[in-house]
Amino acid sequence: MSSRLTREDVAKVAALARLRLSDEELDLFTEQLSKILGHADDMAALDLTGVAATAHPFGLINIVRPDVVTPSLNRDAFLSQAPDVQDFRFAVPRIVGEAP
Amino acid sequence: MTSAHDIAARVAAGSSATTEVETSLAAISQRNAELNVFLYVDEEGARAAAHQVDERIARGEKLPLAGVPVALKDNLCTEGIPTTCSSKILEGWRPPYTATVVERLLAAGAIPMGKTNLDEFAMGSSTENSAFGPTLNPLDPRRVPGGSSGGSAAAIAAGMTPISLGSDTGGSIRQPAALCGVVGIKPTYGLVSRYGVIAFASSLDQVGPFAANVADAALTLEVIAGHDRMDSTSLPETSPSLVAHLKDGVAGRRVGYVKELVDGSDPDVAAAVAAAVEVLRAQGATIVEMSIPELQLGLSAYYLIAPAEASSNLARYDGVRFGLRVDGDDVAGMNEATRTAGFGAEVKRRIMLGTYALSAGYFDAYYGQALKVRTLTINAFQKAYADVDFLIGATTPSVAFPFGSKTKDPMAMYLNDVFTIPSNLAGDPAVSVPFGRGEANLPIGVQLLGPGRSEAGLLAAAQVLEDAERAR
Amino acid sequence: MSLPDGWEMVIGLEVHTELQTKTKLFCGCANAFGADANSQVCPVCLGLPGSLPVLNEQAVELAMAIGFALHCSVAPSTFHRKNYFYPDMPKDYQISQYDLPINSNGYLDLPDGSRVTIERAHLEEDTGKSTHLGGSGRIHGADRSLVDYNRSGVPLVEIVSGPDMRSAAQARAYAAELRGILIATGASDGRLEEGSMRFDANVSVRRPGAPLGTRCEIKNLNSLRSLQRAIDYEAARHVAILEDGGKIRQETRHWSEDLGETSTMRTKEEADDYRYFLEPDLVELSPSIEWQDRVRAALPPMPAERRATLLTIVSEPTSAQRDAVGVIVDLQLDRFVLDAVAQGADAALAIARTSNEIAAGIDSLANLSLDSFVTTLQLEASGSLSATQAKTVLAEVLATGGDPVAIAAARGFEQLASDTLSDLVASLVEAHPDEWHRFREGDEKLAQFFIGQVMKATKGQANGKAVIAELNARR
Repeated sequence: MSSRLTREDVAKVAALARLRLSDEELDLFTEQLSKILGHADDMAALDLTGVAATAHPFGLINIVRPDVVTPSLNRDAFLSQAPDVQDFRFAVPRIVGEAP
Repeated sequence: MTSAHDIAARVAAGSSATTEVETSLAAISQRNAELNVFLYVDEEGARAAAHQVDERIARGEKLPLAGVPVALKDNLCTEGIPTTCSSKILEGWRPPYTATVVERLLAAGAIPMGKTNLDEFAMGSSTENSAFGPTLNPLDPRRVPGGSSGGSAAAIAAGMTPISLGSDTGGSIRQPAALCGVVGIKPTYGLVSRYGVIAFASSLDQVGPFAANVADAALTLEVIAGHDRMDSTSLPETSPSLVAHLKDGVAGRRVGYVKELVDGSDPDVAAAVAAAVEVLRAQGATIVEMSIPELQLGLSAYYLIAPAEASSNLARYDGVRFGLRVDGDDVAGMNEATRTAGFGAEVKRRIMLGTYALSAGYFDAYYGQALKVRTLTINAFQKAYADVDFLIGATTPSVAFPFGSKTKDPMAMYLNDVFTIPSNLAGDPAVSVPFGRGEANLPIGVQLLGPGRSEAGLLAAAQVLEDAERAR
Repeated sequence: MSLPDGWEMVIGLEVHTELQTKTKLFCGCANAFGADANSQVCPVCLGLPGSLPVLNEQAVELAMAIGFALHCSVAPSTFHRKNYFYPDMPKDYQISQYDLPINSNGYLDLPDGSRVTIERAHLEEDTGKSTHLGGSGRIHGADRSLVDYNRSGVPLVEIVSGPDMRSAAQARAYAAELRGILIATGASDGRLEEGSMRFDANVSVRRPGAPLGTRCEIKNLNSLRSLQRAIDYEAARHVAILEDGGKIRQETRHWSEDLGETSTMRTKEEADDYRYFLEPDLVELSPSIEWQDRVRAALPPMPAERRATLLTIVSEPTSAQRDAVGVIVDLQLDRFVLDAVAQGADAALAIARTSNEIAAGIDSLANLSLDSFVTTLQLEASGSLSATQAKTVLAEVLATGGDPVAIAAARGFEQLASDTLSDLVASLVEAHPDEWHRFREGDEKLAQFFIGQVMKATKGQANGKAVIAELNARR
């Protein structure tokens, strides 16, 4: 599969990840990611039909907490760390497009 | 430097913790400018903490790490203290809260001295990926200390603190421990809380200790381990008893000597492992030579799973709530400008890789397949542990390598993690203990691996190797 | 509104409801509407580095309660991350259930007897809220936005219906019935104006019997009225395009209440790639049979059952009474009516007065004791108060909390002396010979005519039953 990884694929992935790549970086990443995925192709070629996927090492279940209020943070503690604040809110440049 | 055990004993007996802090500060100031171990030294906080420890001791409190200076990897959140993950994107950020592991160290009387350097967001094996310059190996400043917890390993090797904390996602504690000649433990997944530990790959990350000796590492792990209700993946049990079992030895234990955990390593490294095997045999262990071919698939699976999780974990660095912001025409442009300026090349490479592996059309072939390989790794370990109590192999294929020798080719750097990655995939514990010397008289790390919750037995075996190494 | 002949609407709804827990889904911050900006946030719901989610037990129980009320089965479930960048989503991913939801395969029966299938009802977290500066305060044209994360992490259940509805009115009825169920389970306060429930409608049209047409999704409808109007508009738009020989483009659309029309938000080609994967910071949620049974056993009766119970107090319910019972249950007044009847109030009167006068004064219900209500109804039933007088008394009791007997006395509400009524009826019979003739011939409907005339002449001070008695005496 990796042999088919194109510059356009890399550009599309960069956009999804909100990263801007220069032309040189696009070339470099296309080459490097192809090489890394080339290693993964050995694995991708294995027939693992019937093997379960493990996303997590241990099978804990039903970890819940009681519905009891705990103190929230003091606003100054985190607003003082924010790049731009107005009226105790986080300010951002204009939003283009609605949320999904 | 005095051991953590000895410091805690003398501070408990009435010696001032301030003395310990000043000793540590002096050691730091002597070499930090040269080695770049600490990104931030909290002199004021450490001195204040020392006073508090003295007061608590005076009140009769029993503190297992009374007055023991500790270095913290800079991916552990510390309230009001800069926490950067060695990234420009978090430069200057002062978290409004403290990680559970740090809270537990403080409760035990330990004194955080500051924050240590790492590969940006713990992605790397040499600390060369730090946005704030690499850490130099205290044993040979032309060489890397390993990574990603290079700063925390170097802090021990340079005698700046007797204990430190790192995090291990694919070997980031064990590999630098090996390269710096110190002890490093990657605990069972879930044994140590991840709350307040800045995530790289959530299903693989685990915090653990570094120390100059097995006993201090064991004591530190006892302090930080145990259930935390702030972490849903935290195991339900309380902290295990480790120090009490250090003298248990290996008599009657069955040890798997694993071909795939040695193959491809330099001859000096392979020889050190072979010597360690003989020590264990001489101490009464039964050695079983074995092959676990599935372990070799681990690297490929890891380099899809870890980046996939990372691509999501690192989405929040968007310039909205904390850290760096670079302006843009609209919010998406601002996100993009911020992330482009804030992340280094390796972080971008892994975000790209992970985003690709999770994206529509490729998920099954890459990420989905990697999760199945993870199952194969777990099953292979389980099969091995049906026969033996633990496994032995090398921690790294070579001793500490020179700066720049692997930075051109990401894959060459990734191959450095081939022996350590399987334990992370399985969630199992592993220890790297210095044993023997190789090229340029640099230390070699021998790795002991066991099934989940087998830390006590692993550390007893590590103690056997440490005792033998000292006797040589 | 209906479509031109030969077209059929197909509607499926996705309903998001905020759960009435004390705390958020994954942290202990208070879940309350209207607090100071960013005053109810912590590292977890701000998405700060290093923070981790821990699931709220009560949210799980409310989600299960919703599932049971909708006849779903509860199954082992997991949480996924839905990855997308948006400033109101602090982690830039949403934790949501994906391929394994807690509830699936249920149904909801509507009062008209139709059944809507429920595909799933799953847990997820809410986003923060943005306000937009510049422009007109809307997202479009604004030059800057401000984000408050108090709502970030508030627990939501998303209830997804099958594409089973065939009219906007039916979709509205479904939404209304669902709202009643959510309130009954205690899962939601049902306050649409506060955003406690939000609707997304999937709308398509087809020739009856044909395969499903291409659908459009209308996002974020926040009232029953908008829901109905938007669906009607959208279906008509589809028909117009198709009859013109055009094709429907699958897309997400926005409803403007002011303009009364939908517009394109995002086409399918622009859809994000959400890169769903299992949330590694959470573990499987697999409620034991015992836990499920405990939640199921604690479920109160649902609106349908309560309407049925209420209808049993009248022997042959009229359609007006069926409607009235719906209103009463919606207003949570069914227990009140049943108690009043148990204390001797007339059932038909109790239903009528509750669904009208009490419904109108619901905000001051605290002023009306059960005893006052029963007393008023008994005065009316016995003929001591006319219907109009009884309504007036009830309204005043609701407004002031006074005693109904005293209010009636103070207003001079006394029954017309029977000889006065007799004289009045005599004069009306004389003035309306045709009507009187038909009444005598057996046309009972004319009784209403004479009652009306009497009420007009007495400004409602007469009792209807007494008028009928007087008419019959003269027949």
